[in-house]
Amino acid sequence: MSKLVLEKLAQKFGAAIVETHSDHGDDTARVTPAAWKDICRYLRTDPALDFDMLVDMCGVDYPERGATNERLEVVLHLYSIGRRHRVRLKTRVGDEDMDDADLDSVTSIWAGANWFEREVFDMSGVTFKGHPDLRRILMYPEFEGHPLLKDYPAQRTQPLIPYRTEAEAGLPLDKLAPFREDEGMSFGRKAWGTPGEGEPS
Amino acid sequence: MEPLDLELEEGELELPSEPMHLNMGPAHPAMHGTVRIVLELSGETIHKADVQIGYLHRGFEKMCERGTWAQVFPYVDRCNYVSPMLNNVGYALAVEKLCDIVVPDRCQWYRMALGELARISDHLTCLAAMGMELGAFTPFLWLMKGREMIYDILEEETGARVTHSFGRIGGVAHPPTAGFKKMCTGVLPRVISLVEEAEKLLLKNRIFLDRVEGVGIISKADAVALSWTGPCLRSTGVSYDVRKAHPYLKYDEVEFVVPVGTGGDNLDRFLVRLEEIRQSKSIILQSIERMADEGPVNVDDPRVMLPEKESVYTTIEGTIQHFKLIMEGAKVPKGEVYSYTEGGNGELGFYLVSDGTGTPYRVRIRPPCFPIVGGLGKLITGRMLSDVIPTFGSLNMIGGECDH
Repeated sequence: MSKLVLEKLAQKFGAAIVETHSDHGDDTARVTPAAWKDICRYLRTDPALDFDMLVDMCGVDYPERGATNERLEVVLHLYSIGRRHRVRLKTRVGDEDMDDADLDSVTSIWAGANWFEREVFDMSGVTFKGHPDLRRILMYPEFEGHPLLKDYPAQRTQPLIPYRTEAEAGLPLDKLAPFREDEGMSFGRKAWGTPGEGEPS
Repeated sequence: MEPLDLELEEGELELPSEPMHLNMGPAHPAMHGTVRIVLELSGETIHKADVQIGYLHRGFEKMCERGTWAQVFPYVDRCNYVSPMLNNVGYALAVEKLCDIVVPDRCQWYRMALGELARISDHLTCLAAMGMELGAFTPFLWLMKGREMIYDILEEETGARVTHSFGRIGGVAHPPTAGFKKMCTGVLPRVISLVEEAEKLLLKNRIFLDRVEGVGIISKADAVALSWTGPCLRSTGVSYDVRKAHPYLKYDEVEFVVPVGTGGDNLDRFLVRLEEIRQSKSIILQSIERMADEGPVNVDDPRVMLPEKESVYTTIEGTIQHFKLIMEGAKVPKGEVYSYTEGGNGELGFYLVSDGTGTPYRVRIRPPCFPIVGGLGKLITGRMLSDVIPTFGSLNMIGGECDH
């Protein structure tokens, strides 16, 4: 792939481009969060670049980079249908506690960014300024935290209906099935003549 | 009785009305996955539509960060459960791109043939479901019969009907069976004849045509701006197919046409998929013709491939290699990569970040359904309530993929 995109970006924005590489043939530019929207608009509107499709957007968490306000890397993949070239654009936001993790929304440039930005907000906790409808998309509204952050424990559960307590059940919880046999069913197991739990067969 | 002689202005008798809110789903008979559409209706016209997904969210990306690179294969199977083989191949290619591995020719042809079989089954499911939701049950049965034949081939090859987990980093789990080519040449004409019969029933059916023609129209520019790919994008006339635009495997060596639509309505999406089934058949026949009967299938690279079972049981080197690959996982070089293939619904991308260990640092799937369903609200706003069903059906949402 040609390096045209990276060269043009470096020429136009200079200091806003922090680093570039083309590992495995993927042209990549890391930019400052302040220039995020301007660079996106330039990539979309410049006739020689013409990135008309936002392919993908996601967040990658690096907790150890929080000290320099670079904890979360937002990764954007762009494609030009006409010119058939791609570029990966990255920027880093957020401190250790994911405070100040804001980024300008690019929904005004690509309509498809709407859901992708909602997903990054939901999963990684980046707030997109200027997004028309920034809600959770994959998780439910009552959900707390952002599951794709590395410090979100993978085994943590947040049930919408609380689990039973031991006092309520009168039994240690690990001895208790989530539901009693036939509970909530309109028919009993006896209908088929199969013995239930604790009954002689 | 006195005559009703009231002087009334027009409209005074009408009841005051306010927009009605209607929930479609999350468990609706015509919703393929579990999706909820909150509609604001005025009469039967949709004023506002809020499409809500996530009911099938299973934390795919989080789970991938807990196992080895090879343990992701069963998860990707379950992302798109109507064409799992395409996901297997897509993920394998992504990891191989990161490791700079190229699999032998025989495996490439084999992966292509299996992938196209999966694509046919994906399209058959979509077409069948679309017809059934509009009341045409017979074509559904015929197309499902075709899908069942394809599942039989895949079962023979992989051992599982649906969730194959057949991909491996650097190859596939088993070499092609002796009867693979014969099965393909025998089954494909029968599948196509079933498709033709179903096509006759649907495309000359007034009820079906009335509900799909000119409904759910999207323009070229809108489809591109909404990040649509695959048959849905091609139905608008944009000829973007990853297999042609950026060939991977051996797609540059086979002949096939990328069908495009003109209007971007439901019928166009239907017809594009229909034609793609025929193109896939031609790709499979070319692939199996060029696939060698003998020769290595998997790459000979001890970093990623498990040793032969015999040497695992008889030599200490084999045992250690096996142990390390299973317990620690294949070490994938540090770096990041975005690899994309043409899935059943469009561009299926994997963005992988490796920190050089046997566990992925980040696995990001770019599910083709996600942006397509994101555009659903735009398609149905302003249309009638009954248009939701064919429009949603033609987008072919796969819940597992869309909700990660």
